[in-house]
Amino acid sequence: MTRALATAAPLFAALGDDTRLRILARLSSEGPMSIARLTAEAGTDVSRQAVTKHLRTLRDAGLVEESRHGRETIWKLEPRRLDDAHRYLDRIAAQWEGALARLKAFAERE
Amino acid sequence: MIEDRNGPDVVEKRTVVKASRARVWRAISDSREFGAWFGMRLEGPFVAGSPIHGAIAPTEVDPEVAKLQEPHAGTKVTLLVETVEPERVLAFRWHPYAADPDIDHGAEPMTLVTFTLADVEGGTEVTVRESGFELLPPERKAEAFPANDGGWTHQLKLVTKYLEQRA
Repeated sequence: MTRALATAAPLFAALGDDTRLRILARLSSEGPMSIARLTAEAGTDVSRQAVTKHLRTLRDAGLVEESRHGRETIWKLEPRRLDDAHRYLDRIAAQWEGALARLKAFAERE
Repeated sequence: MIEDRNGPDVVEKRTVVKASRARVWRAISDSREFGAWFGMRLEGPFVAGSPIHGAIAPTEVDPEVAKLQEPHAGTKVTLLVETVEPERVLAFRWHPYAADPDIDHGAEPMTLVTFTLADVEGGTEVTVRESGFELLPPERKAEAFPANDGGWTHQLKLVTKYLEQRA
């Protein structure tokens, strides 16, 4: 878990973009697919080139994986990395939960 | 008792304190009081636009958490105060886990922590929000996490126990 968290920064940078979040959402709900299919439905404002760039960013962060099927590249979600992101934020959240409980105890004791 | 609304890179927690907004504001905005419950000793007041320096010092509120903070006592912390809106908002930037005194974190990006107060039935609602995790450079994370891993997991258990006792 520690090693996974050590690479959490590029993970959050990769997640901090609407187009990439939409790509992840589609790979999550519809399963593995090609760039052609992702581009066709990504919206008129997103070029194939842009989708490719976003997929590479997601791959570098470990959020998606690519595989060759004949002449086509198929992209799929790597859900374990999303779990890492959740665990990371859960930990921060637990710290603040503790701090707020102490604030409450402190301010209520008078 | 404590709600959360966590986004993809935002942590938000809120709770209701059974005390007046003036009292809660003092506990947050008076740097001595802030340090007493959080577990820091801060030098000087919170002033918007100014840094405030200090060090980890065990909390006065919870002996179990204080014990966990003890080994880190003396570790320097710096908060860059962004907003002081009396009885409403206190916001600062910090390095979430600046636990290693040998590393200069000064030039690195910081997350933004915002406390917001509101009147609710029976007391004051306090919301704390931390954002900007995606701005931390990777090497910072690599250094920060191994050192805190055991402590935090442990603290999570204690906090859960602590909240259950008070529920």
